[in-house]
Amino acid sequence: MDTLLQQLINGLTLGAVYALVALGYTMVYGIIGLINFAHGEVVMIGTMVAFTVIVSLAGSGMPPLLILGIGLLVAVVACMVLGWGLERVAYRPLRHAPRLTPLITAIGMSIVLQNIAMIIWGRNYITFPPMIDKQIYEFAGASFTNVQVAIVVLAALVMIGLTYLVQRTRMGMAMRATAQNQHVALLMGVDIDRVIAMAFIIGSALGALAGCMVGSYYEIAHYQMGFMLGLKAFTAAVLGGIGNMAGAMAGGLLLGIIEALGAGYIGDLTGNFLGSHYQDIFAFMVLIVVLMFRPSGLFGERTGDRA
Amino acid sequence: MNGPSTKHPYWRQHWLGLMLVVGVLLAVPFVAALGGQAWVRIANFAILYVFLALGLNIVVGYAGLLDLGYVAFYAVGAYCYALLASPHFGIHLPFWVILPCGAALACLFGVLLGAPTLKLRGDYLAIVTLGFGEIIRIFMNNLNAPINITNGAQGITLIDPVRIGDFSFARTSTVFGIAISGPQKYYFLLVALAALVIVVNIRLQNSRIGRAWQAIREDEVAAKACGINTRNIKLLAFAMGASFGGIAGGVFAAMQGFVSPESFSLMESITILAMVVLGGMGHIPGVILGAILLTGLPEALRYGIEPLQKAVFGRMIIDPESLRMLVFGLALVLVMRFRPAGLWPSSLRRRELAEATD
Repeated sequence: MDTLLQQLINGLTLGAVYALVALGYTMVYGIIGLINFAHGEVVMIGTMVAFTVIVSLAGSGMPPLLILGIGLLVAVVACMVLGWGLERVAYRPLRHAPRLTPLITAIGMSIVLQNIAMIIWGRNYITFPPMIDKQIYEFAGASFTNVQVAIVVLAALVMIGLTYLVQRTRMGMAMRATAQNQHVALLMGVDIDRVIAMAFIIGSALGALAGCMVGSYYEIAHYQMGFMLGLKAFTAAVLGGIGNMAGAMAGGLLLGIIEALGAGYIGDLTGNFLGSHYQDIFAFMVLIVVLMFRPSGLFGERTGDRA
Repeated sequence: MNGPSTKHPYWRQHWLGLMLVVGVLLAVPFVAALGGQAWVRIANFAILYVFLALGLNIVVGYAGLLDLGYVAFYAVGAYCYALLASPHFGIHLPFWVILPCGAALACLFGVLLGAPTLKLRGDYLAIVTLGFGEIIRIFMNNLNAPINITNGAQGITLIDPVRIGDFSFARTSTVFGIAISGPQKYYFLLVALAALVIVVNIRLQNSRIGRAWQAIREDEVAAKACGINTRNIKLLAFAMGASFGGIAGGVFAAMQGFVSPESFSLMESITILAMVVLGGMGHIPGVILGAILLTGLPEALRYGIEPLQKAVFGRMIIDPESLRMLVFGLALVLVMRFRPAGLWPSSLRRRELAEATD
């Protein structure tokens, strides 16, 4: 029982991070139909920038929470600029190109960002400085830290804010209109370029936030961390129905929990035949099974049969 | 059978070009050997990638199914060869027996993956194939306990080279007075296999199946309405692409003498896809060009960047390995920016005109 609760708590934390990253994928996909492969790298750059800021301010005598806040803010701003730049430089010129062209560009940008990060921050693991005094709480045999609480609460707040932005503001309305039909939205006076840029900027900001969360949760960062994280988050977005924001949130949480439960129980289930190093296959197994029965994801709307 | 001259005016029109290509292909391993056997190996890899890219071209270029896990089939073929021709299990079957086995096994995997997932739309299919590729890699990485099947991350070593009777591909031998080294023998084997896959690609392109694929790529609903069994035809594309991947894997294992899960990462799938798209999807010469360029470019950069940095700055400022990948990524971005349809795209218009004059 305590394993179950423990894994649920860990899964919720991980899932909150996945959900934030998945939102970045899904917003861009929903509006321009592009799998932004470089998004995982944006998350990684966010982590790295936050790390650099925090380390350089660590000796300044400021309160740790303030330092953490500044690091987070700088990372978010840096990633917003990066996301905007990516869209402007790499994707915008290709808006009317064949479908696979921007995908290759995204892959190219991902390689470029990864190697820039390696040149700047080196190829070794970086220890993320713990800024919050870690406190461990016990609850019904399971334990969790204040870092985990902060991650889940912050992610929930951001997701509520984003839902408000998309459902209640003019910008959000423009975004939904563009996602439905670009040409008609254009006729209604929506500035498509701005909406698409906004999707990238908001997605990157969420990614930076998620990156900082991963950094402070695992207390470690690496120039290749964005790859697997991005892959999992993209899986989460597809699981929920790509292009659907509620789906990305649900898919992220679900994926995190499934992974944590899988890692916790796989040994018992298979009589120790398969160990917890198979953790990574759960995400993909679940994805394949779900898509077999619901080809547009859990919350995706049925779309045409276009390959 | 009609003579080639009436059915294929292509051969007659382009005999000079074809002779030139054959001449160059014959000369490459000997010219490359002047710079050392390492260059012959690079040429071998270029051709292996031509093979892989053309296999993937069937799936992505012809049928329009975005496959991001193609490397899984390559891995299946490679491991099939490695397990059946190495001291790992003590089995030493000959190359020509295993190669079809590898192709068949990869084909089976292709159908296993394809059957339940082919009703998915483009990008959903992409992520499922990607996931499948990762699953295969993770299994290869971990299937060393409790029963040691794949030897985990260490991989399988001492794989038998290709051997035909006493003629081993691992050592130098003299044929008609010319010394031919191991890598050079593999070169000719690879060229022969690549020629085979090119012929298959060309023949498929204009066959009933090829046209069905094209119809599905352009509009699946319309294709279905025309009476094409889209499910089976798509499955066929998957199975066919997978078998080519399996064959390439077998040759890779024999040539390297060593396989490990590291060779079959997602990055490999992506590189092969980049070759197809960068060269010009669905266009055979374009795909070949893409494969050769994307194999050659990183190697050329490997040899070019170090001296360049030393000449300009007097010392190594940036790690050459990451600079190499950086340039590679930038090249992808720039080519896509300025030639969105690929470096050498097929001209639909040209084909329509050619059909009109036929």
